[in-house]
Amino acid sequence: MISYIIRRLLYVLPVLVGVNILTFVLFFVVNTPDDMARMQLGDKYITQTAVDNWKQQRGYDLPLLWNDKKQGIEQLKQTIFFEKSVGLFVFDFGLSDNGRDIVADISQRMWPSLAIAIPSLIFGVLSNITFALLLIFYRGSYLEPAGLFLCIALMSISGLFYIIAGQFFIGKLLALTPISGYAPGMDAFKFIILPVLIGVVGGLGSGVRWYRTLFLEESAKDYVRTAKAKGLSDLQVLFKHVLKNAMIPILTGIVVILPLLFMGSLITESFFGIPGLGSYTIDAISSQDFAIVRAMVFLGSFLYIMGLLLTDISYTWVDPRVRLS
Amino acid sequence: MLNLLWTDYLIFGLVLGMAVMVFNVRRKRHSHRPWQKVFDSRVGVVSLSVLLFFLLIGLLDSSRINYQIQSDAENSSQQVEVLSVLDIILTPMRTQVEKTYSKPFAHTAYAKEMVDGEAGETHWAYPRLAYAGSHLAEPELEKRGDIISKGFAGLLYGGLLWLALLSLVLFSSKNCSYRASSKGKKTVLLSLLVMFCVIGIVSQWVPYYHVLGTDKVGEDVLYQAIKSIRTGLIIGVITTIVMLPIAISLGLLAGFFRGWVDDVIQYLYTTLSSIPGVLLIAAAILMAQVYMANNPDLFTTVEERADMRLLLLCLILGMTSWTGLCRLLRAETLKIREMDYVLAAQAAGVSRLKILKQHILPNVMHLVMITLVLDFSGLVLAEAVLSYINIGVDPSSYSWGNMINSSRLEMARDPIVWWSLVAAFIFMFSLVLAANLFADVVRDAFDPRETS
Repeated sequence: MISYIIRRLLYVLPVLVGVNILTFVLFFVVNTPDDMARMQLGDKYITQTAVDNWKQQRGYDLPLLWNDKKQGIEQLKQTIFFEKSVGLFVFDFGLSDNGRDIVADISQRMWPSLAIAIPSLIFGVLSNITFALLLIFYRGSYLEPAGLFLCIALMSISGLFYIIAGQFFIGKLLALTPISGYAPGMDAFKFIILPVLIGVVGGLGSGVRWYRTLFLEESAKDYVRTAKAKGLSDLQVLFKHVLKNAMIPILTGIVVILPLLFMGSLITESFFGIPGLGSYTIDAISSQDFAIVRAMVFLGSFLYIMGLLLTDISYTWVDPRVRLS
Repeated sequence: MLNLLWTDYLIFGLVLGMAVMVFNVRRKRHSHRPWQKVFDSRVGVVSLSVLLFFLLIGLLDSSRINYQIQSDAENSSQQVEVLSVLDIILTPMRTQVEKTYSKPFAHTAYAKEMVDGEAGETHWAYPRLAYAGSHLAEPELEKRGDIISKGFAGLLYGGLLWLALLSLVLFSSKNCSYRASSKGKKTVLLSLLVMFCVIGIVSQWVPYYHVLGTDKVGEDVLYQAIKSIRTGLIIGVITTIVMLPIAISLGLLAGFFRGWVDDVIQYLYTTLSSIPGVLLIAAAILMAQVYMANNPDLFTTVEERADMRLLLLCLILGMTSWTGLCRLLRAETLKIREMDYVLAAQAAGVSRLKILKQHILPNVMHLVMITLVLDFSGLVLAEAVLSYINIGVDPSSYSWGNMINSSRLEMARDPIVWWSLVAAFIFMFSLVLAANLFADVVRDAFDPRETS
C-alpha cells in the first residue's frame, strides 16, 4: 500500500513539471516580459527604463531559459524559468505583481472558500441522493418522466441565472439574507446561507440525473432481483441494498473533488463578494496579475492530482475487491 | 458581394460537412436504425427542429454581404456597409434606436425628462419614444387594441404560411423514399406551426414596438438576443471541430498501439486536464489580449478583432475539452482491439491503418456522436460565464454573456431594468434545453447498451 502511494506520488512529479512548462510557455514565451510590462504600465509610448524598472522589481529581468553571463550551474539557475518555477514545487509562490505575499494571501483566503464549499457539497449530495431515490422509487409512474424533464430543464438554466435570481428574490425582495458580503467567525452564517442554497439548487439537475444512473445500474443487478423475490419491500431493497452498494461510486466521486474545494468557486464568490480563493483568482485575472494566476494554476493542478490519488486509495478502502498493485 | 470572416467560413464548412454526413448515413442502410429511433421520438424531433431553426438564424447571420445603404436624400452618396442577411431582414429592429432604456412594448421612455409642451412651456413627464408606438395618436387608449390586432394579423400570416408548406409537403411526400414515421412527421408539422405563428406575430409587432424593450444606448433587446445566437452556435460548434481530430486520433492511437505511445498520450491528457479549465482559458486569453494590445495593426476593423478573439476562444476551449473524449475513446479502443473480428483481420494480414479506419473507428463513432451533442450545451452555457469574467468573447460583439454582464448592474435601479437579462436567459435556455433534450434522445438511440 505505502509503496503504491509512493509510486503514485512519483508519477505526480512529471505531470506537475508538464503543467509548469505549459504555464511557462503561455506566460513568458508567447509574450515576453517586455510585452507584459507595457500592458501593465498601460502606456504605448513608455520609456525603456520604465519597462526595465518594472521587470527588475518583479525579477523578470533575467533571460528566459539560459543565462550566458554566468558560469556553470548558475547558467541554468539565474533564469526566469528556474526562479519562477522551482519555487512553485515547494509552495513558495513569491510576491504578487503588486507586492503582496501570495502564500499568506492564500492561507488567509482559503477559509471563506471552504465555508461555502463544504456545506454546498454536503447539502448538495444529500439532496441529490434524496431526489434520485425518489425518482427510482416512483419508477414507471408519470412522476418519473416529469422529474426527468425537470432535471433537464434545471440543467439548461445558466448558473448565472440562479445567482442573479436568488440574489434578487431572496436577498432583495424578501430580504431574508444579505445580498452579498462576508464576515469572519460565527457572523459568517447569514452570509453563507444564500450562496450555499444557490449552489445546491444549481447542481440539482445534473446531480440527480447522475445519481439516478448509478442507482439504476445497481438495481438492474441480480442480487436486487433475489432480494425482491425473497419478499423484501421496495423501500427495504432501495435503502438496504441499492443505496448501500451505490455508495462505492458515490464516495469515490466525492473524494475526487475534495481537494479542489480549497480553490472555491470563481463565479459564486465574486457575485457574493466573498473574500475566498475564487474571487482572489478572478481579481488576479481582471487585474492581470500573472504571478497569482500562475500560482493558482499550479495549486489547482496539484490539488486535482491529489484528488485522483485519493480516489484510488479510497477504492481499496470502501471496496474490498479492489487490490492495488 | 460576399464579405466573410474566418468564423463564417468555418461555420459554412461545418454545415457542408454535416450535409456530407447526412448523405453518407442515408446511403448506408445499417446506420439508419439509430437515426430512425431519434426521428421516432417526439422529443427528438421537436428539439431537432428547434436546433435547426437556431442554426438557420446563425447561417443567415453568417452570410455577410457588402450592402449599399441609401443615405439622406440631399447627398445622394451611397455608403457601403458590411451587413449579414439577418441584419437586412431585421432592418426595423436594427435601425430604430431610441435614446436609452424603455420597457417592452413601451411608448414612453423609462425615466422622466423635461418635455416641451404644446404652448411652449416645459414640464416633467415621460417623453414619447422616437419610434416605438409613434404611429398612435392616443397611445394610452389605442395601444392595447393595436398590439392585439397586430398579433392576430401575425397569427393569421403565420398560419397561412404553414398551410402553404403543409400542402407542399403533402404533395411532395408521395415520391419520397426515406420517410420519417407518421408520428414524427405530425410532431414536426405541429412544432413548425407554433414556430411560424410566433414568428408571424413578432414580425407584425417589430416595426411598431420594441417587443423586449431597449437597452442603455437604446438598442432593441430582441435584436441583440437574436444576433447572439450566432456567437453561441459558433462557440458550441467550432470548438468541437477543433477538439474532434485531436481526441479521435490520439484516443485511437493510445488504445490501439499501447506501450510507449499510450504512455505519452496518457501523460499529455493527464497534464492538460489537471489544470483547472477556467484558469487555462483565462491564462490563454490574457496572453492573447497582451498580444493583440501590442500588435494593433494586425486587425483592420473592430469586427475582425472580435472575430479573431472568438476563434481563439474556440481554439482554447477545444484544447481544454478534448481530454474527456480521448479518455473514453482510448478505453473503448482497448476493448475493441481484442474483439474476434479485429483479431481475424489482423490474422488475415490487413494493415494496421486499415484496421483502425475500417474496423475500430466506425465502432467508436457512437461515443463521438454522444459526446458531441452533450458538450454543445455545456459550451453555450460556459460562454456566458466566461464573458462574465471578461475572458469570453470580445465585449464589442453580441453574445448572451455580454448581455447578462452589461445588464447585471442595472438590477439595482429602481424600477429595475429586467428585460435584457430575461431576454438573454430565455434565448439561452431555449437553445440549451433543445440541445440537452436532443442529446438525451441521441444517447438513448446510439448507446449500444440501451438497445433491448
